[in-house]
Amino acid sequence: MGRSIKKGPYVAYKLLKKVSKLNETNKKGVIKTWSRASMLLPDMVGHTFAVHNGNKFIPVYVTENMVGHRLGEFSPTRQFRGHGGNKKK
Amino acid sequence: MARISGIDLPNNKRGEIALTYVYGIGYTTAKKIIEFAKIEPNTKVKDWTDEQINGILTYIADHLKVEGELRGEVQSNIKRLQDIGSYRGIRHRKGLPLRGQSTKNNSRTRKGKRKTVANKKKVTK
Repeated sequence: MGRSIKKGPYVAYKLLKKVSKLNETNKKGVIKTWSRASMLLPDMVGHTFAVHNGNKFIPVYVTENMVGHRLGEFSPTRQFRGHGGNKKK
Repeated sequence: MARISGIDLPNNKRGEIALTYVYGIGYTTAKKIIEFAKIEPNTKVKDWTDEQINGILTYIADHLKVEGELRGEVQSNIKRLQDIGSYRGIRHRKGLPLRGQSTKNNSRTRKGKRKTVANKKKVTK
């Protein structure tokens, strides 16, 4: 089911470039991205990503616990507004 | 009476079945344990010798996480998912299935008993 270890974790190439650029200059900035499938690496801890959810960008601050998860997991694509009417009262 | 990891095993069951009463031990694991402790699989629990029971206990201590410890691990894994705000964590919080299953119907295991919502009044002509 999982991805082959030989290949290593999937991270969009452009995203990786941006992260390493930020790491080199020791800056923290928001990285806008559509790459929801990219996996979070240890290098990315402490950065903030603006992850697209199909409508807008959700800011995701990466903590240590999140390593190994994918960006999309933190940017929900559906919003539940509740069932039924008669809510006005 | 054999007592393993705080659980009393049923006396009149075959060893490999009785072991599955422990949380964290399924049939496959039970068979492995039985083999390690050199117990004939068809022996009932009440016929086990102390030596055999000790064999079982050492196997569990060395290889397995069972009962409270295992439950705690599962809980902390769920807690981690919830704390980082991941999709799976949110689904855990809401008590909905985590792996993309349909929730229009069914999913009753996760959602629990049906909660009926009163019908909207139908317009009668």
